[in-house]
Amino acid sequence: MSNNPKNATAQPRVGRALSPNKIDNNLIRLLVILVIVTVVMSLLNKEFFTLETFSSMGFSFPEFGIMAIATMLAMLSGGIDLSLVGIANLAGILAGLVFTKMMPAETANPIGYMLLAIVVALAVGALAGLMNGFNIAKIGIPPILATLGAQQVFIGLAKGITGGPAVFGFPEAFTNLGINSLLGIPIPLIVFALFVVIFYIALNKTTYGLKLYLMGTNPRASAFAGIKNESVIIKTYMFCGIMAAISGLIIMARSNSAKADYGMSYTLQVILIAVLGGVNPSGGFGKISGVVLAVLILQFLSTGFTMLQFPSTARGFIWGAVLLLTMIANFLLNSYGEKKRIKKQIELNN
Amino acid sequence: MKRYFKKIVRKNEFYVLLTIVVLSLVIGALDQSGSFFSIGNAIDMMRSMTTTVIFALAAMIIIITGGIDVSFPAVAAFAMYTTTKILSDSHYEGPVWIAFVMSAGIGLLLGLFNAAVISFFKLPAFIATLGTQSIYFSVVTTFVGSKQITNMNLPIGITNYSKEYLVSIKQGDVLFTLPSAILFTVVITIIVFVLLRYTMLGRGIYALGGDRIAAQRAGFNVRRIEFFAFGFVGLISGIAGIIHTTLMRNSFPYDLSGREMLVIAAVVLGGTRITGGYGTVTGTILGVLLVTIVNNNLILLGIPSEWQTFVTGLLIIIGTGITAYQNLKMRRKVQILAEK
Repeated sequence: MSNNPKNATAQPRVGRALSPNKIDNNLIRLLVILVIVTVVMSLLNKEFFTLETFSSMGFSFPEFGIMAIATMLAMLSGGIDLSLVGIANLAGILAGLVFTKMMPAETANPIGYMLLAIVVALAVGALAGLMNGFNIAKIGIPPILATLGAQQVFIGLAKGITGGPAVFGFPEAFTNLGINSLLGIPIPLIVFALFVVIFYIALNKTTYGLKLYLMGTNPRASAFAGIKNESVIIKTYMFCGIMAAISGLIIMARSNSAKADYGMSYTLQVILIAVLGGVNPSGGFGKISGVVLAVLILQFLSTGFTMLQFPSTARGFIWGAVLLLTMIANFLLNSYGEKKRIKKQIELNN
Repeated sequence: MKRYFKKIVRKNEFYVLLTIVVLSLVIGALDQSGSFFSIGNAIDMMRSMTTTVIFALAAMIIIITGGIDVSFPAVAAFAMYTTTKILSDSHYEGPVWIAFVMSAGIGLLLGLFNAAVISFFKLPAFIATLGTQSIYFSVVTTFVGSKQITNMNLPIGITNYSKEYLVSIKQGDVLFTLPSAILFTVVITIIVFVLLRYTMLGRGIYALGGDRIAAQRAGFNVRRIEFFAFGFVGLISGIAGIIHTTLMRNSFPYDLSGREMLVIAAVVLGGTRITGGYGTVTGTILGVLLVTIVNNNLILLGIPSEWQTFVTGLLIIIGTGITAYQNLKMRRKVQILAEK
């Protein structure tokens, strides 16, 4: 990432980011892409446009969808969080150890231990996020390095604690949360939807959201406006950590195991989703609706390609290419818009 | 003399060197077997530094320009595996230099692709190279192959070259060898040193990282510098890739992935500023030495190898934390002075 983020791309406009009523072009573009992907994939496979496919997708995307929302928060603040996968795995492993090490083998009532496991995971997430936020805000380590190092620390801890192999064998009452549905809706999807709503409100209706957008757009101006940048940064990375921990819980419930190096490719994927969803990596600009659409696009593509029996190694190419093409398209559209704006300005002045 | 001493103490390299000396003494004191301070261990560490130093110089150059490149392991894997695959499939029996030229050439092309994407569309280097590394890695494993090319199938030139030693010392029953490939590392280090210190292009790389717009105003051709930097980095990554094959005597695309973390840690520990515009070859080599000592000798300290990742992470955070905190304090001081 460029170190002087304000020079990297066209200046984000807060006005647009803060007006929730106006549907911007990016959202329309994403909707069109989503429809095209759906139509193409449905034409290529008969099984794509079925309830079973959609239901199975509803189980698989929440785990990285929640991490994508976290990535968006970090990017809004002008930073990035590369440690989400590490936090998710560490939280999953420590919560898993509650079941495998603390819980007696034949417990009639695992609910107490389940709650304990969830609390452990959330605490790990919050602490990990606090560490990141502290390192970035108080020590002044650039977010890329702080979270890159933190990713190694968390994965390293997970590896060191387990010695490498996966932790597995959780009570059924817990794993059911990862594979069952409520009223026909997969439970992980409900959790994802809950986070979408929470952060929609947090970003659009609370002072936290306003502060975050302002700080991401111009940290110096926000400091002069009386916003405590340091506390906004620490809060943001703590939210990121907690969301990563929730992803970790979903992963362990769904796969009945937790492993130190699970889902390493998610790091790239969630950045791709955020950028595809219109989040500006230099901060201050991005909407949760865009991220949700981008999550769906990516999952549809992924499921579609799997059905077409694409080799699994080819997926990296698609993700990389989509990431680059999105950013190139954004650059071209931005500079085109900028030119038009300048032209208009000149005409007005004349 | 006193002034000279003061100048040295103020340099970051001094502290890295101090850490290395203290750490070595501690490991040497704790190590019962006496294997830390042995010629064998020194040769082993030089062996593992052979490619790491090249990668670190590559990472450093890009960080100095103000970006972060995470694609160099993918570039190296692509160049190395494609070269060995083509040569072994065609039963090539000629000299080894062809392999080096091919690998360097492929690396150069991939580096130029990075440059094109980043320079023409003004993308943040970190995210762009995250994308390109995914593409390179996917292309090589999907279209070129993902099977290990073992010693038996490697071109005879590479196998012979891998047995050319600069030094070989027998200690007890173990033979410690230093492959002559380390000469490439030495030459590349000298080239980068001279380039960064004594050429206009090198000064341009620093200027670009210091302030892009100022560099442009000062008359530097920013785009040309960017293309040169990424192209050169791709080229030396390609060479490092083929050296990796000669050291390991096999070629496997998955071998190098994940190396970027350790390398970036080494560069940052060596005092290169992640914000661009500052970094030295000496510092980077000391950083690599520090990371190699820690990684190769954890076992001598009784720390199991599972904790290696954790220690690398801590190194990154502590190493960057110290310099970042000093900068922060300095900035605050300036602010207070300005307010007065």
